[in-house]
Amino acid sequence: MAKTPARASDGGINDDIGEERRLTMYRMQVEIREAEQRAFDLFLQNLVKGTSHLSLGQEAVATGFAAAMKPGDLSFCTYRGHAHTLARGVPIEKVLGELMQRDNGLMRGKGGSMHLTSAEHGVMGSYAIIGAHLPIACGAALRAQYKGDSDVTVCFFGDGTTNIGAFHEALNFAAVWKLPVIFVCENNLYMEYTPIGEVTAVESPAAGRASAYGLEPILIDGQDADAVFRAARTAYDKARAGLGPSLIECLTYRYSGHSRADPAKYRPEGELEKWKERDPIKIYRERLRQFGVGEDVIAQIEADVMRRVNEATEKCKAAPPPPLDILTTDVYADGGFAWRN
Amino acid sequence: MAELTYRDAVARGIAQEMTRDPDVIFFGEDVAKAGGVFKTTVGLYEQFGGKRVRDCPISEQAILGAAMGAAMTGLKPIAEIMFSDFFAVCFDYIANEFGKSRYMSNGQLKCPLVVRTANGAGSRFGAQHSQSVENWAMMIPGLKVVAPSTPRDVIGLLAAAVRDPDPVIFFEHKSLYPTKGEVPDGEIIDTLGTARIVRPGNDATIVALALMVPRALDAAAKLKAEHSIDCEVVDVRSLVPLDTQTILGSVGRTHRLFTVEENPRLCGWGAEIVSIVADEAFYDLDGPPVRITTPHIPLPAADILEDIALPTVDRIVDRVRRSLTS
Repeated sequence: MAKTPARASDGGINDDIGEERRLTMYRMQVEIREAEQRAFDLFLQNLVKGTSHLSLGQEAVATGFAAAMKPGDLSFCTYRGHAHTLARGVPIEKVLGELMQRDNGLMRGKGGSMHLTSAEHGVMGSYAIIGAHLPIACGAALRAQYKGDSDVTVCFFGDGTTNIGAFHEALNFAAVWKLPVIFVCENNLYMEYTPIGEVTAVESPAAGRASAYGLEPILIDGQDADAVFRAARTAYDKARAGLGPSLIECLTYRYSGHSRADPAKYRPEGELEKWKERDPIKIYRERLRQFGVGEDVIAQIEADVMRRVNEATEKCKAAPPPPLDILTTDVYADGGFAWRN
Repeated sequence: MAELTYRDAVARGIAQEMTRDPDVIFFGEDVAKAGGVFKTTVGLYEQFGGKRVRDCPISEQAILGAAMGAAMTGLKPIAEIMFSDFFAVCFDYIANEFGKSRYMSNGQLKCPLVVRTANGAGSRFGAQHSQSVENWAMMIPGLKVVAPSTPRDVIGLLAAAVRDPDPVIFFEHKSLYPTKGEVPDGEIIDTLGTARIVRPGNDATIVALALMVPRALDAAAKLKAEHSIDCEVVDVRSLVPLDTQTILGSVGRTHRLFTVEENPRLCGWGAEIVSIVADEAFYDLDGPPVRITTPHIPLPAADILEDIALPTVDRIVDRVRRSLTS
């Protein structure tokens, strides 16, 4: 297994990652954390309806990849996609508004938490059928290859996805055609409620299968945004050079249950606490401190995020629900839903 | 004007669109170097090259998913699913993805693709390679659904499907592949959502699709010759959008409605047409609408069984005659 360790000691903050990018990555992890925590609080107030699947604890993966992307690169996300959407720069208000089913939401309430989409930010949808978006990501990459476009497509998914057929089909497809696509498995140890190890033939659900597609097995620390960024950058460089796809497994952990309905009683005692010692934001804050970033700078970032989350929350609370006439719009390209004359 | 088989019309239709638009690409299983298992795509690989005409692994989900991703981001893919029965292994894209992404994204995403597939019975392939599954596609909001019955319509409707901004499921009929028809020279472009009166008549309207169209025409000829019953035959051509005006107009003149459907009985497209006519033209009718369908059974392999399962010319004749003379 290739490892991409990222320790604070080599070269100081202005190493290959650099101070500016690190501050951006810290800000983004805090933003994802606080926005999702807010989504959970709003759910308890019955202001976020339907379901929601939180990435609390997994912020470093979305952040590290987003930091390695270029404008025009495309992201395909899952129903646990708030983090990846925010990481592309989609305003918090747009995400919370969608979760709260308001007219200011990303899709004006027509998609909901599981389908966050912001094409202008390269977020080409969040897909709620396990595995569905891996082949779709192949298609986006096929277009780039065919047209000679320089963008690269990334596709995020969970460990549970590695056991569905579309995973296998997409990985083989991408490898055979050397498509510029990066498959990112966020292994948070549970497929939904069941530990992934109980239902998977190999220890590493993604990396352990990479060789079946002629790919290098890549298993990284998904709690460390620097490690994620470096692995992502390598994969983007490879894809842009026409050298084909990568499959990257990020070891991580979700603090909340699978969805809002899941209290996660199945966790062994102490497991959550153990992972919280390796909290991605805690790790990153420590790293910034070691690099000599001032407490005031860190505090300013955190305060700024909180202010923006609060402002977004208030805007969403004040926003109206969607108008009823959008019920039947945008079924077909003519803007309507007519199936007959 | 030249005579062309329905089979060769497929390749001509694809070639017409690939020549016109460099963003049109085509892929599926055995479609490139082998020219397709039904030989419908012979010559395309040689004409357009391996970058635009590609052989895929046996991965129907990857094929349809890739078509969708390519369509979303600027290409106009034509994907082939070898047998329409295989829709069941990639149905997520048909049922959950193609037709929903535009709506769920509030219009941000598009999905201008065509899925071609070989549909229908007559080849003695048994229950998993012979079905008529156009109603599987018809029931899903956001899709368009087309099923041509002639070589000319194959080209014209395929061109319309490729140029359409929405996902189109294009059902070719296996048993029509060897049939021939006159096809004009030059570019052919038709219009989705238009039915065609393929035989005018005064006494009854027979609405049919794909392989059932020539059978309805044969039945109409027999009804005229042997029973002096003058039937109008409507080729639906496009299930979504559905040209209800042509059908309602015909029923308004003939006052009788028969649908001839190859699909098993429950939830066949004819039921939707009967329901529309009952709602909107009830007082035009001189008798109950009649659906002539395959029974609600899996299809058998044996020729003598398969032949009696599908609506036959004689069954259509008999059903129309009994209704009009009772």
